[in-house]
Amino acid sequence: MKIGIPKEIFSDERRVAATPPSVHKLINLGYDVTVEAGAGEAAHYRDEAYEAVGATIAVDTRSLWSEADFILKVRAPMKNPALGKHEADVMKEGAFLVSYIWPAQNSELLNKLAARNITTFAIDSLPRISRAQKMDALSAMANIAGYRAVVEAANHFGRFFTGQMTAAGKVPPAKVMVIGAGVAGLAAVGAANSLGAIVRAFDTRLEVKEQIESMGAEFLQLDFGEEEGSGTGGYAKQMSDEFIKAEMALFAEQAKEVDIIITTALIPGKPAPKLITADMVKSMKPGSVIVDLASERGGNCELTEPGKIVEQHDVTLIGYTDLPSRMAKVASDLYATNLFHLLTELTPDKDGKPQVNMEDDVIRGLTVVLDKDVTWPPPQPQTPTSPKPAPGTEEPSAEQKAAAHKESQRRSLIGKGAVLAVTLAALYGVGAHAPESFLRHFTVFVLACFIGWQVVWNVTASLHTPLMSVTNAISGIIVIGAILHLAQADNAAVGIMAFVAVLIASINVGGGFRVTHRMLKMFRK
Amino acid sequence: MSTGLVSVAYVVASVLFILSLGGLSHQESARRGNLYGVAGILIALVATMASVSNSGVVAIVIAVLAGASIGIVIANKVEMTQMPQLVALLHSFVGLAAVLVGFTGYLDPLIQSTGAEHAIKLVEVFVGIFIGAVTFTGSLVACGKLDGRIDSKALTLPGRHLMNLAAIAVSVVLGCWFLSTQSMALGILALVLMTVIASVLGMHLIMAIGGADMPVVVSMLNSYSGWAAASIGFMLGNDLLIVTGALVGSSGAILSYIMCKAMNRSFISVILGGFGQTSSSSAASGPEQTALETSADEVCEELRNADSVIIVPGYGMAVAQAQSGVSDMTKLLRERGVNVRFGIHPVAGRLPGHMNVLLAEAHVPYDIVLEMDEINEDFPSTDVVLVIGANDTVNPAAAEDPGSPIAGMPVLEVWKARQVVILKRGMATGYSGVENPLFFKDNSRMLFGDAKDSIDKLVSGLRD
Repeated sequence: MKIGIPKEIFSDERRVAATPPSVHKLINLGYDVTVEAGAGEAAHYRDEAYEAVGATIAVDTRSLWSEADFILKVRAPMKNPALGKHEADVMKEGAFLVSYIWPAQNSELLNKLAARNITTFAIDSLPRISRAQKMDALSAMANIAGYRAVVEAANHFGRFFTGQMTAAGKVPPAKVMVIGAGVAGLAAVGAANSLGAIVRAFDTRLEVKEQIESMGAEFLQLDFGEEEGSGTGGYAKQMSDEFIKAEMALFAEQAKEVDIIITTALIPGKPAPKLITADMVKSMKPGSVIVDLASERGGNCELTEPGKIVEQHDVTLIGYTDLPSRMAKVASDLYATNLFHLLTELTPDKDGKPQVNMEDDVIRGLTVVLDKDVTWPPPQPQTPTSPKPAPGTEEPSAEQKAAAHKESQRRSLIGKGAVLAVTLAALYGVGAHAPESFLRHFTVFVLACFIGWQVVWNVTASLHTPLMSVTNAISGIIVIGAILHLAQADNAAVGIMAFVAVLIASINVGGGFRVTHRMLKMFRK
Repeated sequence: MSTGLVSVAYVVASVLFILSLGGLSHQESARRGNLYGVAGILIALVATMASVSNSGVVAIVIAVLAGASIGIVIANKVEMTQMPQLVALLHSFVGLAAVLVGFTGYLDPLIQSTGAEHAIKLVEVFVGIFIGAVTFTGSLVACGKLDGRIDSKALTLPGRHLMNLAAIAVSVVLGCWFLSTQSMALGILALVLMTVIASVLGMHLIMAIGGADMPVVVSMLNSYSGWAAASIGFMLGNDLLIVTGALVGSSGAILSYIMCKAMNRSFISVILGGFGQTSSSSAASGPEQTALETSADEVCEELRNADSVIIVPGYGMAVAQAQSGVSDMTKLLRERGVNVRFGIHPVAGRLPGHMNVLLAEAHVPYDIVLEMDEINEDFPSTDVVLVIGANDTVNPAAAEDPGSPIAGMPVLEVWKARQVVILKRGMATGYSGVENPLFFKDNSRMLFGDAKDSIDKLVSGLRD
């Protein structure tokens, strides 16, 4: 089967859908590859390089389109001035096509492709699940766009990003705010951070806080209850009015402070939310820069113009829509690799014949035209949620647990009963036979035991040692008994014994308190 | 001084002791608690001295002053790492004092009694001496074990439970004989015999308990010394002694219980001892494993790049006297903005709260020193864990290997961190004698050498 790589004709599109390394790999999958002359030129891939890996070069645009069985493209097919016709109309009937399609906005194109029975894979409709990441061109391009956004901003910003102390004076570091922490936003955070700027980032999804912080930025958190912006498929969802109000207030406050704002906020299937108002732009410091990565979808800033750089209120507003294309080489490399991975999935037998397996979630998701039918939109993809808790290892069943619990309860009841019986018997024995004087002391004794228990029960673990040494010192109270004996000792043996007892008990008292004091003196905050 | 005033003074002293124990339960009030204790004992001493006739006052004052000064001198001299030994030694003094007071109480009773009262008195004397003797020798053995003069391994003689039971039975028989005899000489003979037996029993009981259980043992002996004081109090009919003895006895028992719970071991099994001998069965199993070694430079690099570090000290840190180095390292890392905290296992060291005392001595702020329950769930989000001379308290076998002798004991889950560095002298097992699979985990690295040297290297590495 013959793969055709046409030259991109969209204005300022410098990317190409296949690079010499990817062509080589496609040929290994069993395909023949034809590349339109000059297709890779803007990305610095020459025709000879393609020829060297086994591709044929087609000089004639029409023959390339009409003879190829599988077209790999970047931009969606459009009216081609060289052909004088829409590209879709020149394609072979029953052929395959991979490119950006944006099916939600381009239903007319979908119908045209369906009419020509062109099996169409919209690379932009790829489900965003882990297995599909190697084909995820949106992420690959967003990464480039985020990086480039910082480079563009730096280019139009009249200061260093990093703070410097020079002999000629002190330069403060640039402050960058990134709105939206998707792939592009995180890439922008990383790039700005490595240039030395102070970076802050905002996202409605609280779950990305950790990612933002891992890239070296501060997460701007709204003090706003529990509302969480995570929608299906890893995208953000639209937020409530109050939330938007709070977030706008945050932006207004930040706008006065930061030098560079990079916005990347998109909500699937909706125009980009307007987050930076004209007033906020006005409040920014002269010389500030705003890069609006959402400008193609209407822009996050009210004043950006798609595809252009404008200056308003002394602020440079960058609305480029072709940031990945401005880094055509790496963008082409990554995109070509994404497409190669897709074709690998499509041709499991490596025989150059694509098989469209609609049972496969990934293939189902990006197939938008099949057998003359528009198959878009696909059924809802599974929501990526936090991984389910691992299934318990041989967790005993509820009944078993209950039974075991009952058994142990029964045993502890018997045990407690026995203890209670013995205690009662002992108390009866004491009460019935012991003399009055003993009982008075006994009362005191039992009460003191309870007090000791209550007082010590909540001791903090760090104080175990001082507590023990203080109780040790207090137990030296036995010195009282020894003193009483020493005082009325009437023979030498008793006197000596009592004297020694007083002596060592006093050692205990003095040493115990002293050592406790030493220990406690060391505890400090 | 009238008996009324003495009684009132005793009540005040009792209240002060209760306040003292209560104060010692929390950091903020701990120092005040100690002062209450001192005040209590002073009041009790003064009141007692004032109440006795003038005859023996000189001897009393000499004995008290001499004893107290000796105690204070010892306490001033002792190294913080020798604290456990000192506390154990002081316990033995209480035990010995109880024995002596018991004997004098029998030879020269303060109160003459007859009939049932006399019988009860004799029982009290007997019990007081018995507990005192057990406390005395037991504490001496514990002190020796903690000091390393006696092998800390559990001594398990064949039929040791039977021997203990026999010793108790013989003591009971001697007790009966002691109660029934009318002759002072025979009574003393019975008392002396019982004292010898109780002394042997105390020695043997503590010899049979392994080093890892020492914290529980020390607090148990603390409890015994309280009971000894209480029984002497009964003998003398002195409520202050009864109250204080009961306070100390019950608080020591509670403390032991809290610690046993922390080790997930039953109180009975700790007291009966013999722990640490069953390990040979599971230790040798499994294939030959190798632990990966690292160098101080590499650890420095890890620490420099870390955001959060948890230090888990154990007895090894105390032995190597590494706490001030650890404190310096903590300071350096905190200046770098690294979140440094300490995870303390409830039975780390040889005395409950041992690590806290050492770290406090080295000026580590106590609000970053956390208990096991407070810090255990933070390990997965921690970059580097430094295990300094701890072994059994970080042994994953307790959680993962049901056949291990320490199975079920709660441990610090250090292996969940990104990287664990273990400072250790060699591959020897801990006090419990149990093999530690932590050393062979993928994210574990061993830094061999004396803990103090290693820490000093880390400190100088971090300074550069």
